[in-house]
Amino acid sequence: MRYLPLTPDDRRDMLGVIGVKSVDELFIDVPVSARRAGLVDLPLHAGELEVERELGALAAQNRAAGQGPFFCGAGAYRHHVPASVDHIIQRSEFLTSYTPYQPEIAQGTLQYLFEFQTQVAALTGMEVANASMYDGSTGMTEAVMMAARITRRKKAIVSGGVHPHYTATLKTSAHVAGIAVADQPANLDAEEAVIQSIDPDTACVVVQTPNVFGTATDVSKIAEAAQAAGALLIVVVTETVSLGLLKSPGAMGADIVVCEGQSIGNGLNFGGPYVGLFATREKYMRQMPGRLCGETVDAEGRRGFVLTLSTREQHIRRDKATSNICTNSGLCALAFTIHMSLLGETGLRKLAQINHAKARQLAAVLSKVPGVEVLTKRYFNEFAVRLPAPAAAIVETLTGRGVIAGVPFSRLAPKAGMDDILLVAATETVTTADIEAFATALNGVLA
Amino acid sequence: MRFTKDHEWVEVDGDIATVGITAYAAEQLGDVVFVETPAVGKIVKAGEGLAVVESVKAASDVYAPISGEVVAANDGLSDAPETVNASAETDGWFARVKIADAAELDALMDRAAYEQYLGTL
Amino acid sequence: MTMQSVGRPTTPNAVSSRPETLTGARGLLQDEPLIFELGGWDKTGVDLPEPELDALDLTGLLREEPINLPGLSEPEAMRHYVRLSQKNHAIDLAIYPLGSCTMKHNPRLNEKMARLPGFSDIHPLQPQSTVKGAIALMDQLAHWLKTLTGMPAVALTPKAGAHGELCGLLAIRAAHEARGDARKKVLAPKSAHGTNPATAAFVGYEVEEIDQTADGRVDLADLARKLGPDVAAIMVTNPNTCGLFERDIVEIARLTHEAGAYFYCDGANFNAIVGRVRPADLGVDAMHINLHKTFSTPHGGGGPGAGPVVFSEALAPHAPGPWIVQTPDGPRLDEDPVGDVGRMSAFHGQMGMYVRALSYMLSHGADGLRQVAEDAVLNANYIKARLGDLMTPAFEGPCMHEALFDDRWLAGTGITTLDFAKAMIDEGFHPMTMYFPLVVHGAMLIEPTETESRAELDRFIEALRLLAQAARAGDAERFQGAPFHAPLRRLDETLAARKPRLKWSPLNGDEAKKTLAAE
Repeated sequence: MRYLPLTPDDRRDMLGVIGVKSVDELFIDVPVSARRAGLVDLPLHAGELEVERELGALAAQNRAAGQGPFFCGAGAYRHHVPASVDHIIQRSEFLTSYTPYQPEIAQGTLQYLFEFQTQVAALTGMEVANASMYDGSTGMTEAVMMAARITRRKKAIVSGGVHPHYTATLKTSAHVAGIAVADQPANLDAEEAVIQSIDPDTACVVVQTPNVFGTATDVSKIAEAAQAAGALLIVVVTETVSLGLLKSPGAMGADIVVCEGQSIGNGLNFGGPYVGLFATREKYMRQMPGRLCGETVDAEGRRGFVLTLSTREQHIRRDKATSNICTNSGLCALAFTIHMSLLGETGLRKLAQINHAKARQLAAVLSKVPGVEVLTKRYFNEFAVRLPAPAAAIVETLTGRGVIAGVPFSRLAPKAGMDDILLVAATETVTTADIEAFATALNGVLA
Repeated sequence: MRFTKDHEWVEVDGDIATVGITAYAAEQLGDVVFVETPAVGKIVKAGEGLAVVESVKAASDVYAPISGEVVAANDGLSDAPETVNASAETDGWFARVKIADAAELDALMDRAAYEQYLGTL
Repeated sequence: MTMQSVGRPTTPNAVSSRPETLTGARGLLQDEPLIFELGGWDKTGVDLPEPELDALDLTGLLREEPINLPGLSEPEAMRHYVRLSQKNHAIDLAIYPLGSCTMKHNPRLNEKMARLPGFSDIHPLQPQSTVKGAIALMDQLAHWLKTLTGMPAVALTPKAGAHGELCGLLAIRAAHEARGDARKKVLAPKSAHGTNPATAAFVGYEVEEIDQTADGRVDLADLARKLGPDVAAIMVTNPNTCGLFERDIVEIARLTHEAGAYFYCDGANFNAIVGRVRPADLGVDAMHINLHKTFSTPHGGGGPGAGPVVFSEALAPHAPGPWIVQTPDGPRLDEDPVGDVGRMSAFHGQMGMYVRALSYMLSHGADGLRQVAEDAVLNANYIKARLGDLMTPAFEGPCMHEALFDDRWLAGTGITTLDFAKAMIDEGFHPMTMYFPLVVHGAMLIEPTETESRAELDRFIEALRLLAQAARAGDAERFQGAPFHAPLRRLDETLAARKPRLKWSPLNGDEAKKTLAAE
């Protein structure tokens, strides 16, 4: 077995040093009823070639996004990631290291986390950011829990523009935490509708911009209304590239910002692993979940970084911790921070403009297809269209013609009664030929 | 000064009680890095959480030794939490409470009793 | 002959002292500024075409302020991150003996497989007809996990161990609620990972500690006393965090079930028994499996992880979706199942980790996985046997995959567990897990894993023996100031927590260094 260095001689000698006759004696505490003599009913070990063959065959059954025209978004976006990003994250010292609990020999990880936190704070327009969450959806849940801790209130108002998976994820935890989730019906331009629902019990208002239908909203008024009622405004961003073009949530008055950071540095990966960005105001710093990296000095006065404020965390505070989270999304955060430092402000702004331009180009072309109506008015790189028939069936037919046309809204919310809505996204990876192929195929299907 | 088994101290002046943690507690915690003091006006009951004190290695709840209304909090601790280590039983006080029921004080230990109690830990 | 008198000298000169360098550098180990001190505000390492934008229809929504993100060209970025990487320890450099963390070799085949475009470049919401291979892979992974644990159901989506605990306890709570049986408490030993009580509290349970026996196991009598109609579940790690198998585990499960409670097993240490013991045969109702531990997906400096949860027959109906359902057309994902727990996250979980874990499983096979458990346990017992005369093992008898020592042997030396650990850094090793589990004074928990060769184990053991002898001989200075040879000396964690500085600002840099040092 290529991954196991011990030889039969090693094993025999080591058992001798330990003073036992066989390895079975080391498993003596296992109850007799649970000891298994033989092997479990699974295949035996295999060489690299055989494993590559087997997994390669499974991979070949999937149609990769890069194989043709592709327009899916809805919380996961296909962007180009520079080759150097994947090279760096595969360096042994990053890939095969643990959480930096021994800062003297983990400054590499700690410094990039500090840089990551700084980038996230800058992007979101907030004062402080943590060292990442599992993803955007679980990050949003943590943000609501945090708002409930701060306000000591138990109600969250969630706009109808928030990604339905995110709202569902929140409800899972809110149910056991005793937090009422008032989620509003799905609606294209839903964000400001939350204002009427704010009451003195409201811990937080959750809005998304651009929202799941692509609508970009200035949430300043919502922030004012929430804060006037003693509630916090949580702003969710599922397409982080949009922050290169649009006003930051911080500039619009957000109290907590949660982003899905997958767009920068990370591939689609069928939904995970992704990386949640989490930022807030300095005054709420100690109520934040997740790991935090801070600057300090070593015994000789040299600058260094450590994990800090860890008394909030489960390994010290146990049942009184701010969250049960232990793992973050370290390597995905590294990919994010490398890609972001390659882009820089100049690159990010340009990338965001290209995305917006592609989406506008796509909208212009699709709106000319008879029967297709572009619904979203102000969008970044994704918008909703109304089709003359259920979107899921049309997407399936278009797939047969080589075009992955987008995400039918019914797939996210089967009961919303919006079966004719299709969410389409266009990033810098979409070409003019792709857009034309989409329009031609759609014309053919609808004709 | 009177003491609890959870290592809080109370110094009474008229109907106002000043509350903090003992030097022993501060020593056990190690370097204090943060103190969350209660809001003025908060009504506390004896035995309930009054404040939170954090060191690098631990976060501990500080319980109210007596019931009453918080009339002052030591805001200086937010900038200088190290005061708790340097002078736990004087400048490192946490809050002042207007005593609701002075009889509760009878249940607390005096210094001799507290020191004897420390000897048993 | 001709004498070559020019060119470089080829023998080292005898040098008596080691002068400080003129720049403060130390050989090839580079000091590395932050990107904010390196990069240019106008610079970018990504060449993009000029956007073809007509008038922007985003009035009032456009960013007006600068973001303040520096950019680096590719060569600058490569240097920056490679220099940073050189300040990290890694499994690929040496044994990484962190107990409870399972730092084993990460096969590169798994990385290669996860990067096949058929896995890495597929969208979670593209038509299912275009991702049949991905769903088949999830189905196959589920099959391996169910077979290895003997459990009938698995929820794949949890994103890490603690997220798996949450998933398991949510199912337990749902099962009780479905019967109208509101229970309030979860029992867990004091030796538990901090995530256990944190998760139980998150799910709305009060946490009560179970006592431990003198030999490091759950105290059955105490458990029996505390079990009752208000207990929803027990959370027990097995093998436990002391590195010991809970020999009364079957009885623990029986008592728990008798009280109407469920047995949640923290599967963080499944790597010690995989292929030899099936949790189903122990009476477990739910258990998460850290794919990044047992099945060697890389830890990546703290994530991402993955924590699928296996369920017993009793809890299976409460397992959260998305579920894989079998159809004549092959497995499909039911993305919107009617369940009482709900969604654990957006999409379908950690696909990238599933590919790596399945690649690891296929490589090892049933025979290799059993050998994994045996070698992990053998290596730990070998370390325990060879250090047991100098250091004090916390418990007698064989251990499982990790060897636990306490600090009795350091008594009177003035050296703490922390000092000892930091001195290990100077000798080129990553410290073991310290001060965990909490039930052992000055705990030192060493987990070698099965991927260490005998030679590496011996090298590690010899270094620890030398250190232990030095400690016992009173060479306290070597320990108390350690590390002396790492990229940095001990860091001031008190300062970091008192004056939290969580991001760079123009004020950081040299000026801030001075003020920090003065403080």
